Amino acid sequence: MQAKHQRLILGIIALVAVIAAGFLALIAFKKQAAYFYTPTDAVKAHLPLNRNIRLGGMVERGSLTREKDGVTIHFLVTDNYQKIPVAYRGIVPDLFREGSGVVADGHFEPSGSFMAETILAKHDERYMPPMTQQQAAATQTTLQEK
Amino acid sequence: MKPWLKWLPLVAFALCFVLFRLALSHPENPVVPSKQIGKPLPEFHLPAALPDMAGVETRQMKDGKPHFLNIFASWCVPCAQESGALMAMHDAGIPIMAIAIRDKPADITRFLNRYGNPYQAIGVDQGSQVQLAIGSSGVPESFLIDGQGVIRYQHIGAVTESDLPQLMTIWRQITA
Amino acid sequence: MIAESGLIFLWLAAMMALLQSLFGISVLNNRLENLFSGAVKITAIIQAALALAAFAMLLWLFMRVDLSVMLVAENDHWAKPMLYRLAASWGNHEGSMLLWVTILSFCGALLALFSGKSDQKLLSLALGSQAFLALGFFAFLLFVSNPFTRLNPPASEGLGLNPLLQDPGLAFHPPTLYLGYVGLSVAFSFAVAALLTGKADRDFAKSMRVWVLGAWVFLTIGITAGSYWAYYELGWGGFWFWDPVENAALMPWLAATALFHSVSVLAKRDALRVWTLVLAVTAFSMSMIGTFLVRSGILVSVHAFAVDPWRGSFILGLLGLYIGGALALFALKIGKIHQGNHFVLPSREAGLVLNNLFLGVILAIVLIGTLYPLLAELISGEKLSVGAPYFNLIITPLALLLCVLMPLGALLRWKQDNWMTLKWPIQISAYFFIIIEYALYLKGKWATAPMASLAFGVAVAVAVLCIWPLFLQKKKLWRIRLNVWGMVLAHLGIAVTLCGIASTELFSKELLTALKPGQQANMGSWRVHFDRVMPDMGSDWTAIVSDIRVERWGHSFTLHPALRHFTNPVTDTSETALKTTEAGQLYLVLGQQADDGRWQIRGWWKPLVTFIWGGGFLTAFGGILILLDRLWEHLQKRRRKSRPDERQRLFL
Repeated sequence: MQAKHQRLILGIIALVAVIAAGFLALIAFKKQAAYFYTPTDAVKAHLPLNRNIRLGGMVERGSLTREKDGVTIHFLVTDNYQKIPVAYRGIVPDLFREGSGVVADGHFEPSGSFMAETILAKHDERYMPPMTQQQAAATQTTLQEK
Repeated sequence: MKPWLKWLPLVAFALCFVLFRLALSHPENPVVPSKQIGKPLPEFHLPAALPDMAGVETRQMKDGKPHFLNIFASWCVPCAQESGALMAMHDAGIPIMAIAIRDKPADITRFLNRYGNPYQAIGVDQGSQVQLAIGSSGVPESFLIDGQGVIRYQHIGAVTESDLPQLMTIWRQITA
Repeated sequence: MIAESGLIFLWLAAMMALLQSLFGISVLNNRLENLFSGAVKITAIIQAALALAAFAMLLWLFMRVDLSVMLVAENDHWAKPMLYRLAASWGNHEGSMLLWVTILSFCGALLALFSGKSDQKLLSLALGSQAFLALGFFAFLLFVSNPFTRLNPPASEGLGLNPLLQDPGLAFHPPTLYLGYVGLSVAFSFAVAALLTGKADRDFAKSMRVWVLGAWVFLTIGITAGSYWAYYELGWGGFWFWDPVENAALMPWLAATALFHSVSVLAKRDALRVWTLVLAVTAFSMSMIGTFLVRSGILVSVHAFAVDPWRGSFILGLLGLYIGGALALFALKIGKIHQGNHFVLPSREAGLVLNNLFLGVILAIVLIGTLYPLLAELISGEKLSVGAPYFNLIITPLALLLCVLMPLGALLRWKQDNWMTLKWPIQISAYFFIIIEYALYLKGKWATAPMASLAFGVAVAVAVLCIWPLFLQKKKLWRIRLNVWGMVLAHLGIAVTLCGIASTELFSKELLTALKPGQQANMGSWRVHFDRVMPDMGSDWTAIVSDIRVERWGHSFTLHPALRHFTNPVTDTSETALKTTEAGQLYLVLGQQADDGRWQIRGWWKPLVTFIWGGGFLTAFGGILILLDRLWEHLQKRRRKSRPDERQRLFL
């Protein structure tokens, strides 16, 4: 009887742990998951504050400027319909350049500009982030329908 | 052990399986062609890749005649693979324009000597800007463009012998 | 002709696998058992030899840079050194899948050769299952991703290997990781065999245990090495990014860790039969799911590969067949497996069960987090990515709890113990914990990084607890058995890793600036002098190399972070410069040059950061010690028992 009792206790602990973890996970998803936006999506959603966002698009040609400190850069991310100003402090990845595809992780400031914490430049000849591709296509179709 | 409990792992896996299946069948690539078709070519002017051949610019494509635009690079293996099919199109009398991506004249010359030269003109796109503007995400890719400079068909990847009939049909439609 | 012979070997190996799985399953019929239990071993060995031959052909093609083969033309180049030509052979989709299946059949051959003691029926069935697994992946190679496809006409020049992957450590990273992933297939096969025979007893656990441990050691090494590679190659200063590809390696590791502990309980106490079977199936399933996620490209990842959707469907089909089949078998047959022993609460097995539970929960959370983006996209069409913020938030507290529980199980005796056993060790380690937390509180770390502060104290306290079993032995240190040492070091490695992570979080100093040659800057207590930049070149790259002098308290080092430009294929990479000192590591990255002539420089001083990987390797080393202990015991037993006729039987 003793053994059975203790198996029950273990089972209950297991159940509680799993439920607690699942609960935590759900809360965390709400706050921590980074939603993927193109500039058009971001404008449609009124530049949501307080959440992690992945902003994907192209670096607008001629928009890249560097601050005096030499390490903060500003550029525009565009999907050919909307433009979002992005600021980033750090060393940009090797493939990052004007006219190339970019995915910036970060959040919107109340001023409407996007503060990027990390920058991924994933465009080379053989690869384009599927999300950008698909998202750009989706944006296109919705706009054409209107 | 409760009898229903032993089916739990299988059910959990079945859910994952369904998720994977749906994610796989979720259209990803088919969107790309539909995105570009019907759009006018972006404005560009690319310098000649080789001294003895012309460059490529949008104006040429709007001369009332259809064009076949091939995006390639000498360093790309599938591009070498499609050379046979392109030569066949060339022999069939289709004028082929080309954009070479991030390439050097010496390499292009070597490439053409080895695999044959189906091209009428080759422009070089050092920064891939035109490639991106035209909606191409890799090499090789091919576009069929009508006399008004509108993209009528986009082919992603190497053109193979089996693609030729389809390409020729579209070509005839545009010409007509 | 090399490519054609490779293809022929591959076909023959697939035939052999088919034959072997038929032989294996026929053992279920008692009359056929004696007939086929020998044949199944022989086919296993032939199949492995054929698979190895096919892989050797691929290596040969890559060494010769045979550009008439598509895969070689796409991934290889004359200018590469020999090592990278070899690495290029498994640095791509087809080659890596061939390596995967080669290891799978190789494991089968090892199983056939070195498991003389196991129950013959169990062994034959396990070999049959192993061959059935291999058969599917052979079919995958032959029908949808043939590595030996010819290119006509041949390419004039190869495309080269991704420069990011040109690194001696990384060259051996995939094979190591695959040995781990695929080594788990043996546990899977044993579990299937046990379900078929209805016998999951101590002997079954003993046959399986070594395999689980071996695979686990390789996985640990592979993950640790991969993390170090990402750390210095990506130039972001981080060591774990919760990228789907990393999760794909972490999930089998978590399952294998749990499996090793539960199989130990089964071997020792004949308890946890059902749970061990579930885990054995889960562990290799995680390997396969990981392979699928990486290879099908359905998840967006830093490591994304260009993919063919047809391949994804094929692997998914195999997944459904194998995992679904094994789990269905589990549901149908598990009723036949008798309950093992029960256990009572303060005992080692209870501690291990609790650890297993936490590992399982962490595994579930990682899996859910990895798959959530797929689910969200299907349900609401929203695209999102689940990255470090989510995982760090949820995994950190669970991992800390798990770390605390980890050494406690090892302190308890099997079967039944007294809670008082834990009194002293907990008391002593609690003192350490309090002292460290107080010191961190005084330094103000509690306000800035509470979780890392907690983790640092936990790491030290857990380290104390981990070493404690050595004192319980009441023996001289060199007389303690290797498996006790192994366990202690493996656990200690985890504490060391935790200590490294916490210390890096707490005490790192960062520098981000732009300097002209001749200028200087401060990074914590370090002074950074940017002396000059020079051009440099290698076999297939040109570079700009900087001289950056870093000094503190009379010590001075010069580091050379560089920007490299590769020609085949054309790619720029930044080469991180590292300097390891006894207190930590200096990490410098050279960025691009601005118009005004200044260069971007990013640097970190990371105290004790090397503990992160040192701990990982220590853990793997612990595993190796336990393996050696098993081997030693095995040899001892054999020496005691061996008689001439016995020896003869072994050679046959």
